[in-house]
Amino acid sequence: MNTTWSRFNITSIVLGFAFLYLPIVLLIVFSFNESKLVTVWGGFSTKWYVSLFHNQGLMDATWVTARVGLISATVATVLGTLAALTLTRYTRFRGRVLFSGMVFAPLVMPEVITGLSLLLLFVAVGLDRGFLTVTLAHITLTMCFVAVVVQSRLITFDRSLEEAAMDLGATPVKTFFQITLPVIMPAIVSGWMLAFTLSLDDLVIASFTSGPGATTLPMKIYSQVRLGVTPEINAACTILIAVVAIGVIIASLANKRREVQRQLDEQAAQRG
Amino acid sequence: MSSAAVTTASAPATNAGGSALARLGAAFFGRLVIIVPYVWLLFFFLIPFVIVFKISLSQTAIAIPPYTPALDFSGGISGFIAQLKQLSLDNYTWLTQDALYFNAYVTSVIIAAISTVLTLLVGYPIAYGMARAPATIRPTLLMLVILPFWTSFLIRVYAWIGILKPEGLLNQLLLATGVIHQPLIILNTYTAIFIGIVYSYLPFMVLPLYSALEKMDYSLIEAAKDLGCPPTGAFWKITFPLSLPGVIAGCLLVFIPAVGEFVIPDLLGGSQTLMIGKTLWNEFFANRDWPVSSAVAVILLLLLIVPIMLFQRAQARAQEMDR
Repeated sequence: MNTTWSRFNITSIVLGFAFLYLPIVLLIVFSFNESKLVTVWGGFSTKWYVSLFHNQGLMDATWVTARVGLISATVATVLGTLAALTLTRYTRFRGRVLFSGMVFAPLVMPEVITGLSLLLLFVAVGLDRGFLTVTLAHITLTMCFVAVVVQSRLITFDRSLEEAAMDLGATPVKTFFQITLPVIMPAIVSGWMLAFTLSLDDLVIASFTSGPGATTLPMKIYSQVRLGVTPEINAACTILIAVVAIGVIIASLANKRREVQRQLDEQAAQRG
Repeated sequence: MSSAAVTTASAPATNAGGSALARLGAAFFGRLVIIVPYVWLLFFFLIPFVIVFKISLSQTAIAIPPYTPALDFSGGISGFIAQLKQLSLDNYTWLTQDALYFNAYVTSVIIAAISTVLTLLVGYPIAYGMARAPATIRPTLLMLVILPFWTSFLIRVYAWIGILKPEGLLNQLLLATGVIHQPLIILNTYTAIFIGIVYSYLPFMVLPLYSALEKMDYSLIEAAKDLGCPPTGAFWKITFPLSLPGVIAGCLLVFIPAVGEFVIPDLLGGSQTLMIGKTLWNEFFANRDWPVSSAVAVILLLLLIVPIMLFQRAQARAQEMDR
């Protein structure tokens, strides 16, 4: 096909990406600002990072957030993968419409509604608000995102591989762990990462479902932003961005290596 | 739910070697796959809505939890029925009497609708440019659209405060270049909310648009051109109709969460702007009025139920097409 990439196309892409990235770049740049004013450049400095590490409240919140993120992302990945399997493999069972509704609705449900309803549930069953309730809330939200990511991989999955394994005598359970799981692993990994970042990021649901002693980093950042914008928050945000960016880069590099390895294997197999 | 109705599509017809135990294990495994996420979502997603609905019919009380009746069985069946009789529609009447709530709902829907159209206008050229880009750089462009999605929503909204403030970077730039002589007041206005929503939700719009536009057969356009159709005509007659599934999915992905958005109107809109997500938040956190905030949530959900069902149908259809 003759792709005509006109000047209009290039301009719209450049402007679009500038719009997407400029605010983040400016935020990072001003975290290294000597001046206390976020918008006036006063020279290069890393002092806000130093003061950040002496801010005990912020460090505690970071620790809580990391633990909530790790636990909820892991549980959500298991549940989300099961949900994705249900959606793609079991096409007829009673209540399937309700099930797919419950998987897709949280993706677009306004967070204030999800947060409020989960809180009222926790109160109704007599669960004290805190670390556990935030984690449960995050699992519920993020498992749906995992389900969508894994499901899109399962749809394109070549079922003849599984059939071959079972023809050769493997049990369905063994087939799943030895054939299906390795093939959909990249989607599961990116589902986990998506779940982790969503949990790291969430302010609204955490505010509703968290209690004393379980203040997460976004809640802390939010309460400081309300008091005024400071370079210290920029520094905290920059670290958060850096952590996520490094994670994404490592994941995509690992993905690429696996892809190259797979191609090499295929070539070797073809040569016999 | 009856798991006996499950059809295990993966059950092999030629599994001669499978022992009875293995088959039993497989059936158990197959049912577990469905039951575990199903029960989880029933308990943590569906039942909470029932509770919200029930509390929206309760009265505010100075107690723990701060509403009455609490609906428990300590008084036996008759006590429970007596409690049920205390439920009323008072909170909903209250919502209709105070113009604040009605205005907040209407404003939220209008803001979300305008923002959705703006996001479509900004996102379409980007998605189109990406779809027409050389195939070798398309994965990189796609990655670049997804990447901001990984950075915190709160941070991305926060970043705009420094830009839009009266003494912020945008005003500094415009003043320095002589475009304006008075700083523009953008922060704490509806304009700031529009900018915030378009910016935050742009990837949600671009991704479905791109996947629709990328699948398109561009020889159709060339055929139209050969037959003498002007480019704008070809766009409206061919490109746009073919990208419609992407347009619908993208618009729903932006519109539905934007109606109930809290962070953007709170941080960028200031105290002068009115949106229902913020009203619900204040009702809950500032006024501690759980029944009224539940009623606000129920109405918001009713308002969004049609778009959410449309979204679900679009998702299911896209899934069928990929199969």
